[in-house]
Amino acid sequence: MAYNLKTLTEKEERITGGHRMCAGCGAPIVVRTVLRALKPEDHAVIGVATGCLEVSTCLYPYTAWKDSFIHSAFENAAATVSGAEAAYRALAKVGKVKGTTKFIAFGGDGGTYDIGFQALSGAMERGHDMVYVCYDNEAYMNTGIQRSSSTPKYADTTTSPAGSEIPGKVQFKKDLTMIMAAHNIPYVAQTAPFRNLKDLYEKAEKALYTPGPAFLNVLAPCPRGWRYNTPQLMEIVRLAIETCVWPLYEVIEGKFILNYKPKNKLPVVEYLKPQGRFRHLFTKENEGLLDEIQKEVDRRWNRLLELCGEA
Amino acid sequence: MTKERKMNIREDASWKEMLQGGHIIDAGNAEDFKTGDWRSMRPVWLPDKCKQCLLCWPVCPDMAIPVENGKRKDFDFDHCKGCGICVEVCPFKAIDFVEEE
Ligand SMILES: Cc1ncc(C[n+]2csc(CCOP(=O)(O)OP(=O)(O)O)c2C)c(N)n1
Ligand code: SF4
Ligand code: SF4
Ligand code: SF4
Ligand SMILES: [Mg+2]
Repeated sequence: MAYNLKTLTEKEERITGGHRMCAGCGAPIVVRTVLRALKPEDHAVIGVATGCLEVSTCLYPYTAWKDSFIHSAFENAAATVSGAEAAYRALAKVGKVKGTTKFIAFGGDGGTYDIGFQALSGAMERGHDMVYVCYDNEAYMNTGIQRSSSTPKYADTTTSPAGSEIPGKVQFKKDLTMIMAAHNIPYVAQTAPFRNLKDLYEKAEKALYTPGPAFLNVLAPCPRGWRYNTPQLMEIVRLAIETCVWPLYEVIEGKFILNYKPKNKLPVVEYLKPQGRFRHLFTKENEGLLDEIQKEVDRRWNRLLELCGEA
Repeated sequence: MTKERKMNIREDASWKEMLQGGHIIDAGNAEDFKTGDWRSMRPVWLPDKCKQCLLCWPVCPDMAIPVENGKRKDFDFDHCKGCGICVEVCPFKAIDFVEEE
């Protein structure tokens, strides 16, 4: 069905207001869009790794989730949800459950790229019929902006503080989407809340309704940790995509497909400039660092173009 | 506008009123918690300028733009936190952004 916002408003919202994420947080936008892709008649079992999303949507005695929700620890959301999926399959076999239930795990970048990685890798390899969604805000935000393996090079965080010793985080960002593609699972995609959210919605739909394991890596800006003004969220995402810092692509049964190719690839500084976490790079002595970031973005982009047969 | 709830845990509730395992059986009851008083800025919808393109609706992190019969209504100020994301995405400048009183 063609993507149409008006038609989509008829679907019931599956996460409510009254949660305690910061004003302007990207994560709830990602979550509500992913859940919107569920068929209204299907039930969902959702588990979230500890992090901003988990602690802010489920403060006793309140829950913002309308589907079944399991609190998970920081490191095992994928294991928790895959276990629930296995139990469901066993019950379904003996006719003890009715209807269709979908299984979704959400994790932050810390809970996905770092501490939850082995649980994720295992769940995907075992072939559970579930979707793992990483809402990537590029640091451990919930505990006060500590660097993760997803934090981009030279970003200022509280454990990679830009100053006279180092100019922010000294390592490049891990490429988790590629690592998940290397699991050779049925569906892997990289996406973001872009424009009218078509890309994110349609990828969530594919991830949910492709049998077997699926992984979505979704850029989810954090105005608090990235230090930009809250109204700019959609513009920040647009710049991430137009500079090729965060390309939109999917890997279906091992086949790479590029979903968006900027008409004019913007210089990476356009994306870095509005964000306080990169402010220290805009001095005379740090010019070389900006070049270094640009080179790495270009290298990864060109490699992706090759994989997608677009080079 | 608090809905009928199966559990009513207040601050003075004793542990006996809580369910085993800390279960919450009123799915979606976070709605009862108001976050509108977080606002330092306030979006103001200008219906005369609004073309009902609905681009503002899905980008709100707080589900605070109600849509009925395909048309957006005024903001849900019980939950809107005043982030201004909707203000920036509106292509028709149909949302003002003013200081909250
Ligand atoms: C084993 C363990 N170590 C540390 C913590 C503390 N902790 C809770 S959330 C969190 C960071 C979460 O970061 P991320 O997964 O990126 O999610 P975000 O908060 O950024 O959304 C940490 C370190 C924990 N809960 N469990
Ligand atoms: S710290 Fe960042 S990720 Fe966490 S709730 Fe606030 S804006 Fe969202
Ligand atoms: S200002 Fe932010 S919270 Fe309020 S309606 Fe707009 S997008 Fe939603
Ligand atoms: S984005 Fe602007 S024009 Fe479109 S529905 Fe919202 S307020 Fe109206
Ligand atoms: Mg994070």
